[in-house]
Amino acid sequence: MMETLRKVALWVEDRLHLVKLWEQTAGHPVPKSTGSWFYTFGSMTMLCLIIQILTGIFLAMVYVPSAAEAYHSLERLNYEQQLGWVVRGMHYWGSNCMVILMILHMTQVFLWGAYKYPREMTWLSGCVLLFITLGLAFSGQVMRFDTDAYWGVGIGAAIMGRVPFIGDALVKLLLGGPIIGSETLSRFFSLHVFILPGAILAFLSLHLRLVLSKGINEAPKPGVLVKRRTYDAYYKGIIKREGVPFVPGAFSKDAMANGILLLVIIVLALFVGPKGPGIPADPTIAISDASPDYPFLFIFGAAALMPNGSEVLLFFVLPTVAVILLFALPFISNEGEKSWRRRPISVLTVVVTGLTLALLTYAGMTGPWSPHMEAWKSLEIKPQYLKDRTPLELQGALVFQNKQCRDCHAIDDQGGHRGPDLTAVATRMTSPQLVRQVIQGGGNMPAYGKNLSPSEIHALVAYLTSLHPPNVPPAREAVGPLAPIDEKRSGSQPSADDTFAKAEKTP
Amino acid sequence: MASEDPHSSNDSHDFPKFDYRSSRRDFLLKLGIGLDVIAGALISIPIIGFVISAIIKRADPTWISLGSVDQFKVGTTRMVAYDNPYRIPADGQTAHISCWVKRTSEQEFNVFAVNCTHLGCPVRWFEQSKLFLCPCHGGAYYEDGSRAAGPPPRGLYQYEYKIEKGDLAIKAGVLPTLADPGTLPQSGRTT
Repeated sequence: MMETLRKVALWVEDRLHLVKLWEQTAGHPVPKSTGSWFYTFGSMTMLCLIIQILTGIFLAMVYVPSAAEAYHSLERLNYEQQLGWVVRGMHYWGSNCMVILMILHMTQVFLWGAYKYPREMTWLSGCVLLFITLGLAFSGQVMRFDTDAYWGVGIGAAIMGRVPFIGDALVKLLLGGPIIGSETLSRFFSLHVFILPGAILAFLSLHLRLVLSKGINEAPKPGVLVKRRTYDAYYKGIIKREGVPFVPGAFSKDAMANGILLLVIIVLALFVGPKGPGIPADPTIAISDASPDYPFLFIFGAAALMPNGSEVLLFFVLPTVAVILLFALPFISNEGEKSWRRRPISVLTVVVTGLTLALLTYAGMTGPWSPHMEAWKSLEIKPQYLKDRTPLELQGALVFQNKQCRDCHAIDDQGGHRGPDLTAVATRMTSPQLVRQVIQGGGNMPAYGKNLSPSEIHALVAYLTSLHPPNVPPAREAVGPLAPIDEKRSGSQPSADDTFAKAEKTP
Repeated sequence: MASEDPHSSNDSHDFPKFDYRSSRRDFLLKLGIGLDVIAGALISIPIIGFVISAIIKRADPTWISLGSVDQFKVGTTRMVAYDNPYRIPADGQTAHISCWVKRTSEQEFNVFAVNCTHLGCPVRWFEQSKLFLCPCHGGAYYEDGSRAAGPPPRGLYQYEYKIEKGDLAIKAGVLPTLADPGTLPQSGRTT
C-alpha cells in the first residue's frame, strides 16, 4: 500500500515538478528582515481580491444585470436567497478592506523606499493595480442599482460632459445610449465582472512575478544608500547571509494577519451586513444626494469645497498630476536613502496626503454644504429664541421657518449648515445689512427680493435682529445718527428694544 | 528523484545553427504576419464599431407629449414624468424620466431637466422659498431656472416645448450635460 502511494507521488512529481514550483514561488529566499508586520499588507490585499472573486462569482449566480431587474435580484439576495445577505456583506466589506489595505501597502512601500532601484516596475504595476481596484470599487457601487448608484452614474456622466471637445462622445460611451438605463448597467457589469477582474489578474501576475524576480525589499537601515552599481550584489549578499524561504521563514505574520482579516470581514458581514440597496433607481424620486461609497467620498467632498469654476482643475488636472507623480516617483528618486527615518519629506508627504484624504472623506460623509431639506418642517425653534419677542418678531420667526431659511441656516446648531449659523446674527449684522442680504442675496445666498413681500422681510429682519445673547449687544451702524459716539464712551449699551425701535425706522 | 524539467527557465538553450534568411519558413513567417495584420484589422472593425455604436448611432432629442396643458396652473411648478422614447424593456423604471414644468402664462412654459448643471444630481423644487435646490453640493436655482447660488456653472437645462392640440410636448430623450445641454439657452438672470 505505502509502496503504491509512493509510486503515485513520484509519478505526479515527475510530471508536474511541484517541488521545483514550490522552491521557485512560496519557498523562494527572502531577507529575514521582511518577516515583519509591516510586510503583511500586500498579502492581505491579495486575500481580499480572492474573497471578492469567490463571493462575486456566487453573487453573479443570482444578480440580474438589467435596470428593470437588478434591484429585485438584490432584494432577493438580501431576503430570499439562503445566506445571500452574508455573501453580499462579505463582498461589500471585502471591497472596502481591499482599498484600505492597498493604500496601507502602498504607504509602507513608499516609506520603506521599496519603489527604488531595481523595483521600479513592481511599483508601476502596483499603481496600475490601484487604479483597477478603484475602477472595480466604482463599478461595483453601480451594481447596487439603487438611487445613489443611478445618480452616481449621472455624476460620472456630468464629469465626462465637462471634457472639452470629446465630452459628448464620452458621455454616450459611458451610458451606452442617450439616458442612464439598462445598457448603462450592462456595460458597468461587463467592466465589473469581465474587463477589470481580467486586468487585475494580469497585472497581479506581473506584480507577483516581479516580487519573485526582483526580490522583496529588505527592511532598510538608515544610512545604507541604494546605488544602481552595487545594490544587486548587496541584495545577493543579504540573501546569502540571512536569506530564509518565504514559507515558512517570513510567512508567520502574514498567516496571522490574514486570519484576522478573514475574521474582520466575516464579523462585519454578519453584524453590520451588506450595504443597501437603498431607494430604487427611479428618476422620478428626486431625493438622492448621490453620496458615493467610502473610496470616493473625498472626491465628493472636494467637489463641494473647491471654489466655483475649478472643476476642470479638480477632475482633470489634479488626477493627471497625481497619476504622473505616482508613475514618475521611482525615476525621480531612484537611488539613495530608503529608510523613512532619514526621509522627512516623504514622511511629510504621507502625513499631508493622509490628512487631506481623511478630512475630505469626513467632509464628504457629513456634507455640511448641502441644505438640510427637511429642517424647515422638522426642526423647532427652541423657546429661548422666541421668549419675550414682539408679535412682529414672532411673525418673523414664522417667515424664517416657512420660507425655509432654516434649511441653510442653523439656529443653536440645528438646521442646515450651508450658510452661517444665525443664533447670534444680530451681533454681526445691523438691520439694514440684513435687509440688503435678504433682498439681494450674495456670498452664495440666493436673492429673496422677489419671493418675500416687504412686510415679510420687515418681520424676518425684526426677528433676526433679536438674535443675540443677552450679555452681548447687537451690532450698530459704524456711522450715522443711529450709533452716537458718546453712547459708546459712556459705556451704556442700547437695549434690544432700542435696536428694534431703530430697526423699524431704517428700511 | 524526479527528472529535470526541460522547460525550466533557468537553463539557457543552445539552438543548432539554422539560416532563416530566404527559407520557406522565413517567407511563410512574413506572409503569415502580413495576413495576421490584415485579418486582425478586418476583425476589429466590427468589434470597435460595436463598442462605439452609442456614439455613431446617436439618438437625438425628439418630441414627447406630457399631456394636456390644463393640468398645469399658471404660476405653478410641478414634476412631470414621461417615458423615454428610446427605452428598451430592460430599462424598467429608469426609462421613466422626470422634469419640472412651470407654467408662466397661458401660452408660456418653462420645462427644466431635473439634472443639476454642476454634477447632474436631481434638483428639488421648493414652493415656499421658490427655489430649486440640489442635494449633492448645495446648488440653488431661482424659479425661472437661473443660477441662484452654489457651484452650478449655469442655469438649469431647459427643454424646447410646443403646444399642439392642447397638449404640452417637449423635445427630450437625451440626458443633458454641459457637453450636450439641449437646444434652449439658459434663461433669466445670471449671477
